[in-house]
Amino acid sequence: MSIDVATVAFYVIAITLVGSSLAVVLLRNIVHAALFLAVVFGAAAGVYVLLNAEFIAIVQILIYAGAVTILVLFAIMLTQNAMSQSSSPFSGQTWLAAIIAVALAAGLIFTVGASQMALGSANASANMVHAINGGGSVARIGQLLYSPFNYSYVLPFEIASVVLLAAIIGAIVIGRED
Amino acid sequence: MVTLNSFLVLGALVFCIGLFGALSKRNAVAILMSIEIMLNAVNISLVAYASSFQSYAGAGHGERLTGQIFAIFIITVAAAEAAVALAMIIAIYRRRSTIDVGQINLMRW
Repeated sequence: MSIDVATVAFYVIAITLVGSSLAVVLLRNIVHAALFLAVVFGAAAGVYVLLNAEFIAIVQILIYAGAVTILVLFAIMLTQNAMSQSSSPFSGQTWLAAIIAVALAAGLIFTVGASQMALGSANASANMVHAINGGGSVARIGQLLYSPFNYSYVLPFEIASVVLLAAIIGAIVIGRED
Repeated sequence: MVTLNSFLVLGALVFCIGLFGALSKRNAVAILMSIEIMLNAVNISLVAYASSFQSYAGAGHGERLTGQIFAIFIITVAAAEAAVALAMIIAIYRRRSTIDVGQINLMRW
């Protein structure tokens, strides 16, 4: 069994992703947790690059690592002193939450292992080679999202823009001073 | 060798870490951060399936990229959700001076 670049990259990114997710959940200092959230988003972008999805990776960095992290940091800054520093960041149902999360993880991993769908799959290294040779999937995504001629996702795309407009107006109305 | 299973297991693990955070934290902003982690885990699973079907001979071009299109829409909805939720958190903080979800219990049974 040879070790190729894609395998090493996958394990480095996967360990980073799981470790920084645990840091977000377990750290007591909420500002540190928000900074580790940026690491989570960056590692997820790395996973998308491995999966031959360059457009999603760029969108991930722009929207999540850029915008959402800044939004969360602003919310933390505006709600300073809302939580007393001495008390635990966890509620009384932590053990129940841990049991539920571990049970769901075990069930999901068992299902993935037993699934017919997941077994006959191509490997990521082949996809990386395909990405280098084929020039990626950005043009195809653009045609799927915007093309008015053949079947595409134009209508869901327009509905998504209405959702974003409603969210902007709603956030302004909810968040403004009375 | 990295197969589809590896990515699905990674997505499942990250999803469950986010679920634990969403169920157990007291700070509303921390709960929102955990929910963002869960949405990212779902996106990883969807993009992994899309990447797996790219080399699947029977699929047309549209079917091969449906997972990535779904991921784009999930990112859109997650951004809208983050904006509205953070506005709500700031509004709650302004009225009640706390964002501890244990103390926001007006509708508790």
